[in-house]
Order: sequence, then C-alpha cells, then structure tokens
Amino acid sequence: MISDATEIDVKTAGQFARDNYLSVHHGVRSWLLTKDHKRIGLLYLFTILFFFLIASVAAALMRIELITPQPKLVTSETYNKLFTIHGVLMVWFFLIPSIPTVLGNFILPMMIGARDVAFPKLNLLSWYIFIAGGALALWSLIHGGVDTGWTFYTPYSTTYANTHVISMAAGVFVAGFSTIVTGMNFMVTIHKMRAPGLTWFRLPLFVWSLYATSLIMVLATPVLAITLALMSVERFWGVGIFDPKLGGDPVLFQHLFWFYSHPAVYIMILPGMGVISELITCFSRKPIYGYAWVGSASMAIAVLGFLVWGHHMFVSSQSVYAGMVFSILSFLVAVPSGVKVFNWTATLRKGSIHFGTPMIYALGFIGLFTIGGLTGLFLAALAVDVHVHDTYFVIAHFHYIMVGGMVMAFMGGLHYWWPKISGRLYPEFAGKLAAMITFIGFNLTFFPQFVLGYLGQPRRYHVYPPEFQIYHVLSTAGASILGVGYLMPLIYFIWAWKHGRVAGPNPWRATGLEWQTPSPPPEHNFQQTPVVTGPPYSYSAEKDVDVDLASI
Amino acid sequence: MSTLTSPASEDAFVAQQFDNIEQQREAAKLGMWIFLATEVLFFGGLFLGYTVYRFTYGQVFVDTSRKLDVLLGGTNTAVLLVSSLLMAFAVRAAKLDQRRMLTWLLLGTALLGCVFMSIKGVEYHKDYVDHLVPGRHFEWHGPDPYNAELFFWIYFAMTGLHAIHVTVGIGVMLVLALLARLGKFSRGNHNTVEIAGLYWHFVDIVWVFLFPLLYLVGHR
Amino acid sequence: MEKVTQPKVYVRTCVALLALLALTWAIGYVDLGSFNLIVALAVAIAKAIVIALFFMHIKGSSRLLHLVAVAGVIWLLFLISLTLGDYFTRGWVPLNH
Repeated sequence: MISDATEIDVKTAGQFARDNYLSVHHGVRSWLLTKDHKRIGLLYLFTILFFFLIASVAAALMRIELITPQPKLVTSETYNKLFTIHGVLMVWFFLIPSIPTVLGNFILPMMIGARDVAFPKLNLLSWYIFIAGGALALWSLIHGGVDTGWTFYTPYSTTYANTHVISMAAGVFVAGFSTIVTGMNFMVTIHKMRAPGLTWFRLPLFVWSLYATSLIMVLATPVLAITLALMSVERFWGVGIFDPKLGGDPVLFQHLFWFYSHPAVYIMILPGMGVISELITCFSRKPIYGYAWVGSASMAIAVLGFLVWGHHMFVSSQSVYAGMVFSILSFLVAVPSGVKVFNWTATLRKGSIHFGTPMIYALGFIGLFTIGGLTGLFLAALAVDVHVHDTYFVIAHFHYIMVGGMVMAFMGGLHYWWPKISGRLYPEFAGKLAAMITFIGFNLTFFPQFVLGYLGQPRRYHVYPPEFQIYHVLSTAGASILGVGYLMPLIYFIWAWKHGRVAGPNPWRATGLEWQTPSPPPEHNFQQTPVVTGPPYSYSAEKDVDVDLASI
Repeated sequence: MSTLTSPASEDAFVAQQFDNIEQQREAAKLGMWIFLATEVLFFGGLFLGYTVYRFTYGQVFVDTSRKLDVLLGGTNTAVLLVSSLLMAFAVRAAKLDQRRMLTWLLLGTALLGCVFMSIKGVEYHKDYVDHLVPGRHFEWHGPDPYNAELFFWIYFAMTGLHAIHVTVGIGVMLVLALLARLGKFSRGNHNTVEIAGLYWHFVDIVWVFLFPLLYLVGHR
Repeated sequence: MEKVTQPKVYVRTCVALLALLALTWAIGYVDLGSFNLIVALAVAIAKAIVIALFFMHIKGSSRLLHLVAVAGVIWLLFLISLTLGDYFTRGWVPLNH
C-alpha cells in the first residue's frame, strides 16, 4: 500500500494548489468555531505549548535554585509552589493532552479513512472545556499558586494549606472532563467509523494505542474528578471523609487519587508507544514484529494499569499484605511494556534503517523508556521502595519515562506528521541536531538524579547536604542543554511553515491511509472513502534499501 | 415487537461525518453508554468511601441510618421508578412520531423528577432542623458522635450528587419537551430522546442503590 | 429500521420493579444480621438489571453495548476490592513491642 510519491502538489511561493483544511476558511471565527478535527488538533497544540512554557519556567527556576545547597533564589514556600505548578501543568495540561489531542485528533480519523471523528462538535467543546480548566489553574497561579504538590495529599490540602487549593483543583477537575470527552469521542470513532475492510487487526498500532488510552481516560478520570471534589468540599466545609477527627482516613484520599493517577501515567505513555510503532516500521522499512502482540500489549497495559496503584502507597501505612499484592501486580504490568520493547527491537533487525529525525527520537525513546521502565521495577520491589520512595530516584524514574519517553515520542511524531499537517518538510539537519542535543541534555539532567535519590536526597526539597551539589550542578547544566533542544524545533517548525520544502502526500513513503491524501489534507480528508484490502505496514526492507525518504 | 421501515427522509438527519442514519444512531448510543460508564466511576468514588466506612463503623451506620425517613425514601424510589416508565414510553412515542404524547410524557417525567426533588427537600429540611447536617451545628446524642457525623457527610454527599444529576435531568427533559412541541423529533430523528432516556434511567439506577445502602442499613 | 417495544413490556417491567421495591422494604424489617446487606444489594442489582434490559433496551442490543454497560461496574469493583484489601488486612500484622 505504499503510495507513489510522484503526486506532488505544484506550488508557487507558499500556496498549495488545491483547497486544503487551512485555506478553505479564513478568519478567527473559522478557527474558534471549527468542527474540523485537524484544526482542533492545531488549537490544542498551541494551547498545550503555552502551558508547557509556563511549567518549563517553573522547572528552570527550580533547577537554578538547586545549584546551591542553601536557598538562594526562592523561599521554601515559593519552592513548594514551583514544584506544584510544574507538576500540575505538565501532567494535566501538557502530557495527558499532548499526543491524543494533537496528533490523535489530527491523524486518527485519516488513519481509519474517516471524514472526521464521531462527534466533531463535542470535539470542539472538549477544547473549550480544556481552556476553562486552564483558566482556573492560571487564576490560582496568578493569585499565589498552590504548595501541596501535584498530588494534593490530605490532610495538608484539606486542612492546613493556606494557598489557592480549591481553584487549582477546580481547574484540574474541569480539564478532566475535556479528557473524558476526548476519550469517549475516540472510542466511538474507532468502533464505528473505520473504512470498509479496515478490521481491528488491520488497524495501525497508533490506533490501538489511542483506543487503549481512551479506555483509561474514560474509566479513570471520573475517579479523579470525584476525589478532587471531595477534597475541595472538605476544605471548604471544614469537615469531610478524610478527616481523622470524624474517624476518616487521609489515606483513603490516596487510594482514590492513585486509582486515577497510576492509570494516568499510562494515558501519558501509551500514545507515545503507538507513535514509536509507526516510526520504527516506517524507518526500518519492515512490518512490525509481532503486530498482534504489540496491539494486545497496549490493551493489557490499559487493564493491568488499573490494578497497581498501591505501589505509590507502600510507606503510607497501607497494609503490608496489600503492598505485596500491588507489588506483584506492578511487576506484571511491566511485562507487556517489555513485549513492546522487544518487538520494536526485533523490527529493527534486518531492517533497512533510515536515520531521519523521527527515527532518532524513536531510537532514543526505546533506550530511555527501557531505563525508566526498569527503574520502575526497582520501585515496585517493596524493600527497595522503602529506601527510595520520595527521593530523586522516583523523580528520575518518571522523568525518564515522561520526558525521555513520551516527550521524545511526541517530538518524533510531530516531525513525522509535520509534512502532512503543514504540507512542508522541516529542515532535516536542524531536526537531527535538535534530537541529539535533546538526548544529551536529557541524560545529563536526569541520570545524576538516580544517583542523588539512591544516596538519599528527598524530592521536593531545595536545601540539601553540600556533598550532593555536584549532581545538582550536572543536572542543571543538562537542563539548559535540554532547553536548547526544545527551543530549536519551536523555531524551525515556525520557519518551515512558510519556507520548508514542499512535502507532497507521502514524503516518507509510508503505508497508512493518512498518506494517501494530499499534504495538507483537504477539509474532509478523502475525496472518497478508501477501501482497505490488506494488513498494515506492507513494507519491504530488501526493496527499500536505497529508497530516498524525504531528504534523509 | 412491531417494526418500522425507515423512510428516505431520515437521511436528512445524518451529520456529514456519518455515512447513514444507522451509523449515527449506533454511535450516539455507544457514546452515551460510555458516558454512563464514566458516571458509574464518578459515583463510585463515593461508594468506595461508603464501603470503607461502613466496614469500619458498622454499628454507627446502623444507628444513624435509622434516623433517615424510610417512608419518604421509599416513596422517592417509587417516584423515580414510575418516572422511568414514563420515560420509556416517551422514547416509544418519539419512535412512533406521536408528538403530543411525547411532549406530555417528557413533561410527566420532569414532573416526577420535581416530586422527587421536593421530597428530598423535605427530608433535607428535617435533617437541618434535627441538627444532622455535618458542620458546626451537628448534634448527635448517641455514642460515637464523630463517626455519626461521618455517616451524615456521606449521606449528604451521595444524595446531593444524585440530586444534582436529577436536576440536570429535569432540565434536559424540559428542553426536550419544548423541542418536541416544536416538532423537532419527527420520525427518524428520535435518537436524542432515546439518549436522554438512557441518562434518566441511569439516574434511577443510582437511586435504586442509594436507597437500601443509606436508608436500610440496619433492620427496623 | 427501528424496533418499537410493546407497551406491555414496559408496564410489566415497572410492576416487577415496584414488587422488588416492596421486597426491599419488607427485608428491612427482618433481622438477617450481615445478610441484610447481601440481600439488599442483590435486590438492588436485580432492579438495575431489569431497568437496563428493558427500559434501556440492552436486551436485543449489540454485545459491545453489553460490554460497555458492565465495564463501569467491573472497574468500580477493581477499586473497591483492592482498597478493601488494604483495610481488611491492616490489622493482620502483629505489632512488635
């Protein structure tokens, strides 16, 4: 199903020959009232970029503060607010939406041969709900922020904190409904709107991962909503079910919170894994190894991920027997992830590897996600967790997965589908350079943190023993390099929008229905609904040894 | 079951992203059922709190539960069950293009919803007068007054959240009744009524669980 | 083509529900100890199934909808069972003095 890349749009300076989703309507209203999933994907992209910038500033301030063992830049109260806003914005206003609402919204309907998602108006509404949630969170931030940590643990959040907890929680509550609507929309779209011949086991793996993600979004997020509501009501009313004075248990909050928040991390990583599957196959010119295993692994992660939440509570006075059960289940949930890593690696074997920018991000993902995932197993072991819980070891673990994994997958996906979205190629040399800078900066930032945590540095502290300083300095140096790695794509994507080489429908000579339509796509994606007759990823490594993919 | 043939005019109601009316209907139903699954988990957090504290403070829950008015609670249950009957008939009327019947049935459902809310209001008022509302004015003259306050917090939280859902449902029914009156649900376009019906029945199901769990903890 | 349910199905459903309500009420007057909870839950579940099958038209609908209808409940059971697993077993470990 590889399309012939000869059907290139003839262009004059900056205009594309045919009417596409960008040119068909003009004006602010056509964007703010759009029902087109592609435009909504771009609206989300700008929005999450905004929140990513704020959260990055908070991270930068923290890293600068941490250069010295004694407080130099901020008070402890302010430091608490910095890590809180960093966590809240990065988790709920950047990572969770990222791939699903940007790449998922843009690409999913095209990948299944549909004209749009099942409920386009709800799709737009989900963006407005997201904006409303973000506005509430910003309101809280502007009025001084919150110092509870992104986890809002009781009784501090309900009883003792003097910061704007309820408005921040309200922001997250509202944003959660955006997630639920998106998840529901994607599930119905995948169930009901696949093109003729596109059976479940012919779906691209990105679709499988979005389906698994949507399952989690829909089943986990409501529990977060009720939990934040209960916490807020208790704070407002002065009395509630987490209050020991009434015989309540603060740890009940943790059960409810983590029942959502652990599956939430799978919301954050599964879409990234889906992107990696697409990138590895395309840039190895080989069908994925063990397609059904990879797709099933996504579903297994989605289901098993709901059964492990207690591993966040090993030292919270949870019963040791419950701890053992959660520990075993946490080891179990690592297995499908391991299956995926194995299958991606096996796909590379005897492939015809093309080192385009998306591939560099994908290969980086595999290595860094593996490190992050393995260190998760350290944490799942009860005895080890007693020592490293609430230390920098945990921070390094989840940043390896979220930044080394998910953000790199997001970058890889953005680079891969940018030609489809914009009609133009980004500059390949700059892309490769930024990817390498990101990789180096990332490891320098976060590897020292594993050591720090192992040596005993607690998280959420800005004061530390002087013998730890060297690791913090290395980490901050790495963070500045990482920042450069993120800034470069921001600049060259904007540059490429107007000045990049015209891409044509299929610069990567990829399989997949989204590449069978012009770049940028027309408003309703396909002139007529495609019919699918074979499996995905019908690449041939032998044939494509010398094939020229874009400009790599 | 009688069947209807679908006239060509149904296709006028198909949105551009769908291929035919059947796909649109199936998608809407699936979407609403998924939403109801999210609602199960939304209420579920409260059910978890209830379960944990009933397990921990069993005797207190027995004593406090007896303070709730079983007659009013039971009546409310019957009210919602009958309202579900009216709603089911409303969906049927929409499918059969019986405009006036549909309007009256939707109004009837909304009315019974209001009856439910009124009875709830009477109960809440009585609880307020009896100093059973958690907070500064809570009074409990039995043993374990703090745990008793916990039960009533859960009671108000669960029935309050449910009441919010009933209120939303009443609003939806009133809007639908108006749209029905204006002829918006002619044959082929009944899906919205069916979807709203699913929501209303779900709200009924939640109460079906709340009644025994809150009102009938101990025997009388 | 839309199937339309006969009125008598709805009426019988409602009668059954009210009968179950009467049963719930009656059980409230009998002391079964801890079985009170189990019986009350069983009757509530029966009512819920009846409402779902006949009022919500689950009966005769696709298997997918059946799955979605139970999925929420199953996931809620995940939440409740594992959390209760914590609370039930907290007292098991003897404290060393």
